Amino acid sequence: MEPMKPQKSAFAQGLRDGIPIALGYFAVAFSLGIAARDAGLTPFQGMLASMLCVASAGEYALFTLVGAGAAYLEVALVTLITNARYFLMSCALSQRIRPDMPDLHRWGVGFAVTDEIFGISIARPGPLEPRYHYGAMAVSIPAWAVGTALGILMGTILPLRVVSALSVALYGMFLAIIIPPARKELSVAICVLAGFGCSWLFGFLPALRDLSPGMRTIILTLGISAVIALIFPRKEDEPDAE
Amino acid sequence: MRNNYVYILIAFAVIYAIRVLPLTLIRKPLRSRFLRSFLYYVPYVTLAVMTFPAIVEATMLPAAGIAALAVGIIAALLGGSLITVAGACCAAVFLIELIFR
Repeated sequence: MEPMKPQKSAFAQGLRDGIPIALGYFAVAFSLGIAARDAGLTPFQGMLASMLCVASAGEYALFTLVGAGAAYLEVALVTLITNARYFLMSCALSQRIRPDMPDLHRWGVGFAVTDEIFGISIARPGPLEPRYHYGAMAVSIPAWAVGTALGILMGTILPLRVVSALSVALYGMFLAIIIPPARKELSVAICVLAGFGCSWLFGFLPALRDLSPGMRTIILTLGISAVIALIFPRKEDEPDAE
Repeated sequence: MRNNYVYILIAFAVIYAIRVLPLTLIRKPLRSRFLRSFLYYVPYVTLAVMTFPAIVEATMLPAAGIAALAVGIIAALLGGSLITVAGACCAAVFLIELIFR
């Protein structure tokens, strides 16, 4: 069928571009699985969480809270805060949607707006192609979910020093996301330094150190971001640093 | 007793709403300059808060965590991809702990 051809190739392109993402996801998900195991999740629960959430920082925060036996409301709030960047990315994607695109695709694309999938999707010239997005999802989400389950299963089998080394993979990924824009923009650099510094201070200052890790993340994120937004408001047409 | 499945479903509901609501509801750019700036900075602050000092506390030796932080920042500054930076951090921890522990 002739009209199907361009759609099929967009999916295939998404699959191809999704392979390096899947490899990275697999390694990081393994490290995430170690955190999930520490929180007492079964391999199935970890795989389910990864298939549904597809979020590194968000899932890491979730597992930390599960391990601490946090209140459900706290989980909802922390999930909201730690994943707020996806709101921004979805806003950016919404500007690239063709007016004639069926609404169902908005619900489909929205399922997996991650740093990396958003990155390759927005980097493609022209309007958003949902099938390209789906191709990248089809290869990377299973890698993410299986990696998490294996991390939970094999975290106990692996030697302690290998687990110790893998446990920083996630933080390495966070650094890869925040450091390059911090180099390009002073305001982002201040965000990163203020985040590091305040988080460290909150860890030992009296009263503040008694806050749960989730509440600490919420308070610091809202406070620091608001102050920096007041001092360094972004211009109307300023391009993103990424 | 809290249930792990309820935790997972709450996280999924919130995260899917965050991702899909801008795509389905907001069809125009945000107007408030403060709100746009605020939302722009949120991810960087959150990830920074979650990375430090947690990276130092994640390893067996705190020095290995500090090395991972330094190596990760340098690798990211040099333009390393996600996998490269994450891998460099892991390698730093492995080497430091192999030598000193």
